Amino acid sequence: MYRYSEFDTAFLAERNAQFRAQVERRIDGSLTEDEFKPLRLMNGLYLQLHAYMLRVAIPYGTLNPDQMRQLALLAQKWDKGYGHFTTRQNIQYNWPKLNDVPDMLDALAEVGMHAIQTSGNTIRNVTADHFAGAAADEVADPRPYAELLRQWSTDHPEFQFMPRKFKIAITGSENDRAVIKAHDIGLQLVERDGVLGARVIVGGGLGRTPMIGKELSPFVAFDDLLAYLEATVSVWNQIGRRDNKYKARIKITVHEHGIDAIRAKVNERFLQVRPQFKGADMALLEEIKGHFAPPAFREGSVAVFKDAYHHDPVFRSWVDTNIAAHKQDDHAIVTISLKKQGDTPGDATAEQMRVMADLAEKFAYGELRISHEQNVILPHVHKSDLPAIHARLKEHALATANIGLISDIIACPGMDYCALATARSIPVAQQIATRFEELKLENDIGELKIKISGCINACGHHHVGHIGILGLDRAGVENYQITLGGDGTETAAIGDRTGPGFAYDEIVPAIERLVHAYLDLRDHADETFLQTYRRLGMAPFKAALYPEAQANAA
Amino acid sequence: MARAFTPKVITANDLLEGDVIYLTADDRWSRDLAEAELITDEAHAQLRLLDAESQPSKIVGAYLADAIAGHDGPEPTHFREDFRRTGPSNYRHGKQETSPQPRA
Repeated sequence: MYRYSEFDTAFLAERNAQFRAQVERRIDGSLTEDEFKPLRLMNGLYLQLHAYMLRVAIPYGTLNPDQMRQLALLAQKWDKGYGHFTTRQNIQYNWPKLNDVPDMLDALAEVGMHAIQTSGNTIRNVTADHFAGAAADEVADPRPYAELLRQWSTDHPEFQFMPRKFKIAITGSENDRAVIKAHDIGLQLVERDGVLGARVIVGGGLGRTPMIGKELSPFVAFDDLLAYLEATVSVWNQIGRRDNKYKARIKITVHEHGIDAIRAKVNERFLQVRPQFKGADMALLEEIKGHFAPPAFREGSVAVFKDAYHHDPVFRSWVDTNIAAHKQDDHAIVTISLKKQGDTPGDATAEQMRVMADLAEKFAYGELRISHEQNVILPHVHKSDLPAIHARLKEHALATANIGLISDIIACPGMDYCALATARSIPVAQQIATRFEELKLENDIGELKIKISGCINACGHHHVGHIGILGLDRAGVENYQITLGGDGTETAAIGDRTGPGFAYDEIVPAIERLVHAYLDLRDHADETFLQTYRRLGMAPFKAALYPEAQANAA
Repeated sequence: MARAFTPKVITANDLLEGDVIYLTADDRWSRDLAEAELITDEAHAQLRLLDAESQPSKIVGAYLADAIAGHDGPEPTHFREDFRRTGPSNYRHGKQETSPQPRA
């Protein structure tokens, strides 16, 4: 894991001292809210519906146990005993007091964490495949490059007042778990003739104008990648629209100019920028790589695991859903579900955070990851330790076996917290999860990703949900639109709208009709919802959703 | 024809706590919507909004929110304002923690 240098530590201490003084000046009246707002946003502090909200970056979703314990401390000492993990691999605290925020930031700095550039028109927290460094299918660990991007983008003088925010995601695998095609820039590490580089995707994004990213370059060698990215952001910074915030993201720039024109401009700019990169970045990357060296994987028998798998059905069910293949055969990647049916997706109590930190320390070589799907990952676990981990997770309501299933729902905070929301998301997620647990259908349904956003900005990634739900305000009442067929992986697709939306008390029954239709329509038990939808299209699902329209037409 | 003015309250967030607050007729900031001044005149509403905005060291983001006269004082007409006077629906946090507010 990356350890801060003296420079990093000094920089953060200075920023925190500046913000402490800014808060004091706001409170004593020497700064107005208009003056203070951009300053607090630069440090991740929002004002939401009921309270302030502090958004803390978890760079590329990687945490060590001490950092997780510190997040728990913040939750307990300055919040209401919990934190909310988000789709951008951040954590949000929903109830801080303005006076306390400088102390919270100082506490974060003690473990090398911050809230810088978690808001504003800057390059935001770089997200990464949550299985990075552990996945059996990856070309290389993307996190050293993600850390290089963090250092490059933090306080980058050219990129502090851009047309709009800018989000970068990176993966080392062909199987995309980082939704790279829905980011301003998506990077996929690839190897060509023994040289490591990246395929560069540009202009993806969700929000009110969802777009799947387009390939800007099939391969840029690492030596040139930072210059190439700087050229890309720079082109957009120059020609991106500033007249309308809804047209300002790079996806619109790419859409309006066309990918070929953008590529030509980037190539031109790249030639200007390239001489400024004299190899210091590559020296730094080499140094950073040292921080991400894989642990010394222990060897040992997996007999305990096999025995428990054979004899304990609850353990077996958890292994079958929550465990992914590790690059070491005798190891496993564990996903800890923060989606217990009926609970708030992505929330963890301070106690749960401490339990996960302890498990990571004891069994997982001191590593934790946060996924954009709002779960926590122990990336390296020897299989013989799985029974002990499972037992401990069970004691703390963390052993829900539902990864990738219907109750593993992404939901944004929605109108329960967010000032931008037009409807609630969390209770819809809670009710869907609870309902399908009552029906005992979850495992039969199999892989099904439901994603819920409480407004058009799409923090809940609804466009790429197999079933997407968008909460809107229709004439003063909550109303939920459904999209089908979205996909956030390497076969990315934007979901199609089914038709008129549903009222708050109609949305769960509507989802139930959809799922029953799928169960009737699928070819065989292994055909997933998405496959069935792709085979049959919208019509049969629409008929199930809108039986009245069907009856009227008949 | 201009749209008829509908009754309003002045609401904001407390600078230090971030909590939702309402301006009362006697110039206090209350945590309770029922204590808010229900304003039925448009010109008076604009004046009261100016009064609110002149207190930047106490409050953030004052605005006029629709409300109607209820049995015990003003009540919200829109679900957003209903959530603001109550708290989130997933935990009993916010205002409902200390003084339960009915959810319509």
